Amino acid sequence: MTTNSTDSERLLAIETSCDETAAAVVQGGSNVLSNVVASQIDSHKRFGGVVPEIASRHHTETITMIMEEALNEAGLTFSDLDGIAVTEGPGLVGALLVGVNAAKAAAFAHGLPLLPVHHIAGHIQAARLERKWQYPALALVVSGGHTDLVLLREEGDYEVIGRTRDDAAGEAYDKVARTLGLPYPGGPHVDQLASTGRADIPLPIAWLEEGSFDFSFSGLKSAVLNTVHNAEQRGETLSTADVAASFQASVIEVLVEKTRRAAEEYEVKQVVLAGGVAANQGLRAAMEDAFKEAGPALTIPPFRYCTDNAAMIGAAAHIQWKKGITACWDLNGVPGLALY
Amino acid sequence: MKILAIDTSSHVMGTAVSSENGILAEYITNFKKNHSLRLMPAVHQMMKEVDMAPEELDAVAAAKGPGSYTGVRIGVTTAKTMAWSLGIPVYGISSLMQLAAGGTWFPGLICPFADARRGRVYTGLYRFRNGILTTERSDRVTSLDDWLEKLNETEKPVLFLSRDSKQHESAIRDTLGERAVFGGDAENRPRPSDLISLTAQMEPQPPHSLVPEYAQMAEAEKKWYAAEEGRTYE
Ligand SMILES: [Zn+2]
Repeated sequence: MTTNSTDSERLLAIETSCDETAAAVVQGGSNVLSNVVASQIDSHKRFGGVVPEIASRHHTETITMIMEEALNEAGLTFSDLDGIAVTEGPGLVGALLVGVNAAKAAAFAHGLPLLPVHHIAGHIQAARLERKWQYPALALVVSGGHTDLVLLREEGDYEVIGRTRDDAAGEAYDKVARTLGLPYPGGPHVDQLASTGRADIPLPIAWLEEGSFDFSFSGLKSAVLNTVHNAEQRGETLSTADVAASFQASVIEVLVEKTRRAAEEYEVKQVVLAGGVAANQGLRAAMEDAFKEAGPALTIPPFRYCTDNAAMIGAAAHIQWKKGITACWDLNGVPGLALY
Repeated sequence: MKILAIDTSSHVMGTAVSSENGILAEYITNFKKNHSLRLMPAVHQMMKEVDMAPEELDAVAAAKGPGSYTGVRIGVTTAKTMAWSLGIPVYGISSLMQLAAGGTWFPGLICPFADARRGRVYTGLYRFRNGILTTERSDRVTSLDDWLEKLNETEKPVLFLSRDSKQHESAIRDTLGERAVFGGDAENRPRPSDLISLTAQMEPQPPHSLVPEYAQMAEAEKKWYAAEEGRTYE
């Protein structure tokens, strides 16, 4: 056993909630000693989206190799570790199960504590890999499965003040990409195409009722589909770049404006942009622009910590570690887990 | 040898552990309830009772399928991760072979099977030769009718071992008549201790290389290949 003090613990973190098999070693919640991510995108591309059964199969095939790589890269063995952290949920149940059972097996084999982590807490805590937090803080989490505004009054205290009522922003991106004939995964392609177009096609923005921090993207998505189909029927050629730019502008406007309002209302000191869609150039630029004046400091984790990875799970597990929160051997993967 | 065995390939969950003196403990449950949640507590409790630390283990054995996709992954992932993290080898053993091991005293052919829906079964053909369980026909997923025709050609008595025997008993008797023999309740339940016995006649493998045996492609893959090649896959 190591004799690390309480704030420099070394955790092996595992993340398998969707289609990335990931493992990382993180020390003290911010020092990334290794961060290994095996993406399955090439395997799922042919199906036009993630196939849960295939994702689970890949995780099982590669999980121990990825864990080994993470330890090797960190130059550590199990006897150097203080615990094993793993994504408990939310995510694809079959995919989560592989990570959870691998984490339990390794922790049991070496008598190490097991730390359960919420995937969204992981995305949010990726920001601690970049800088220290100030509270209260606000996090906008945008990914393929989530669009959440989360208020943190203090460390590890997550309150969801806004969420999507239908599609996640990332989902809308994928559907629009398919309509425009762009390859999977659509998000980065739409982003790139949007940068070359003009946002001059009128599209709706769902502000919802006054004061709400919730989101809705299904109306926007349908409007894009209708615009494209109507043009096709009239035999007109629409610039796909303009469609992408107009769609992206609508998404970004509502995301940034609601984040700005929430930041003001809760008088936060720090704003974090997290999740896979945080890699979107247009969104990053708009957020930077919105928070460039005096007011809350904006943190956007580096790209490699925005898309699914295990370093962010290790970062979030640090808070569990400090609170002494560990799981028993009956830890299970929970697809619809509430944020903690 | 100190071997930990794990089987979560069907709704029967089993774990066993052995020492130089043979099987020390064996734990089996026979009901449908979350293996992912219950496997590790069962292993933990059993190892504690036999007073064995994980580091003392020489190997881990797992039933690798075919069977429930999720179930098989839970057992295989647990087994390979334990083995890899402890630096010991792993044995991946066919779930059907494990079931066939229950037919030790039967002189003829042993046919373990599990229902795979739509008239299909996971099955294979085994036989004890001088105390060694040998594979006569490899594991597969197949239409039960086709399979019974093949078995009929062997002209030997066949012992059927399955928790789904009742469901298919009349079809089997229709084809094989008196030559069909059916296992009792005990033989129809896979035993984790049989995984340990079977390691004696097998080579262990490096943990990274252990993968589940699904016996068939995922549905999405079948459809994809069917579209690519213009033919159907079963
Ligand atoms: Zn994610």
